[in-house]
Amino acid sequence: MIMSDYEKYVQAFTENFEIEAKEVEGLSYQSIGAWDSVGHMNLIATLEDTFDIIMETDDIIDFNSFDKGIEILKKYQIEIKK
Amino acid sequence: MQYYDGFKKYKNNKIAISEEGISITYGEVEDIFRSMGEKIKRTLIFSFCENTIGCLCGYISFLYNHAVPLLLDENIERSLFESLIKIYEPAYLYIPKKMEHMFLGLECVFEIYGYKLLRTKYKLEKRLNDKLALLLTTSGSTGSPKLVRQSYQNIQSNAQAIADYLELDSTERPITTLPINYTYGLSIIHSHILVGATLLFTKHSLMQKEFWQFFKEYKATSFGGVPYTYEMLKKLHFFQMDLPSLRTMTQAGGKLSSELHKEFAEYAQNTNRHMVIMYGQTEATARMSYLPYQKALEKCGSIGIAIPGGKFQLIDVDGKIIEEANKVGELVYEGANVTLGYAQSLEDLAKEDERNGVLVTGDMAKRDADGYYYIVGRKKRFLKIFGNRVNLDEIEQMVKAAFPELDCACSGVDDKLYIFVTISEVEIKDKIKSFLTSRTGLNPAAFCIKSIFSIPKNEAGKILYAKLGEYYNEI
Repeated sequence: MIMSDYEKYVQAFTENFEIEAKEVEGLSYQSIGAWDSVGHMNLIATLEDTFDIIMETDDIIDFNSFDKGIEILKKYQIEIKK
Repeated sequence: MQYYDGFKKYKNNKIAISEEGISITYGEVEDIFRSMGEKIKRTLIFSFCENTIGCLCGYISFLYNHAVPLLLDENIERSLFESLIKIYEPAYLYIPKKMEHMFLGLECVFEIYGYKLLRTKYKLEKRLNDKLALLLTTSGSTGSPKLVRQSYQNIQSNAQAIADYLELDSTERPITTLPINYTYGLSIIHSHILVGATLLFTKHSLMQKEFWQFFKEYKATSFGGVPYTYEMLKKLHFFQMDLPSLRTMTQAGGKLSSELHKEFAEYAQNTNRHMVIMYGQTEATARMSYLPYQKALEKCGSIGIAIPGGKFQLIDVDGKIIEEANKVGELVYEGANVTLGYAQSLEDLAKEDERNGVLVTGDMAKRDADGYYYIVGRKKRFLKIFGNRVNLDEIEQMVKAAFPELDCACSGVDDKLYIFVTISEVEIKDKIKSFLTSRTGLNPAAFCIKSIFSIPKNEAGKILYAKLGEYYNEI
């Protein structure tokens, strides 16, 4: 089964933060215990691997919510559409 | 305490600046601890710590007024601190206002910078040894009642040694990257206050934009980090960042990989900065050794030499001192920063100094021909997870108590704790993981739950932990 970019994006959150897909929308940095600095680094690493990109410092530290991440990934020509 | 002499001398210096831009001078803090002194006497206080001016003011006021604080993480799980309160019966709780709802009905006797000092139902008078200054947890994440007893002399001597070897002065501006209740974070505060420096307090982590804005705006000169911090910095492309105010980076809280040690030491050398690798334990107040920055590359992988005033020795299995180079033995430290001992109960707070300046570290090490030390292993069953000490036996007992239907054994490497269980149902494994995550407050990435047919044991029923290592890399 081929996953859409949206599904891949959601999976990066569910895998790293041990949550269900229905919980990801509206999520922000530190809104759950698992999204701490350790979780953030792992999330970024997963997204970089998944989409084969290397994110810039400013984008990594600006990435503070599920929605903001979608906006940031556009800079890397990745369109996350539901 | 000699430690407080500097508050007069530096009275016009800023002791701290918060990320909201609020600053406070040494003179103003001295006024605070004098007015708090009218309220509190020598007693026991639990302080819930966050990296803010309010927390700092309380802490140094308690120390000055000879009230003994136990420093706890503000995010410690409720059941864990409630059991600590039952055991130690603190007369006061020092809490950030956001925790107020947990302690309704307790009288507030002092309030400052977003923090409140609450009076509990427990009696004021406690039998405390005269030397006792401060209590820290040995493993905050499992809620173990075992505390480290630190003396006034411990704090003074370690702060002085650190200020000496890092050559600190009043122009330093360390930015907080570690919690106050964490011995390494606290040692940064102690050593910098000693020289009249300015602490930059932020609640943000270095994975957040606000941290770096604050860093640049207030010109931070140094930070400390555990191994994981340096992995994060690398991920953040730290080497390309423009940070003209940065002078020094320190590292402790576990062994940094040789690759990262080398990369950061090279970066420091090329940009005219200092990278200082250090080693310590809460049982030695904070620091026992440092690798002088000039040797950071040449002695890559080393914890360096004993701090000023301290001394290392290696002993073999028979307790004999090892004289020759490159032979592994248990590391023993001697110095004025060796703490008084542990406490497991309220009565233990009256205990005398049980170590008399000598600490058997539980770490296995070797010394090279030039006198530099290298940690090669650990005698005790614990791991460092993101810089926090986690006792494997305590985790094992926690899991067994919560899931009595299964057999379990814990083992692992730093930053990865393996929990071997004799069940294979995914739902139960998920439950164990979320149980451990919420109980310890550690990120789920720290835990790997693995199914195993049976826990390897010897004929006497003792778990053969070394055998479990074979399963680490299988996923």
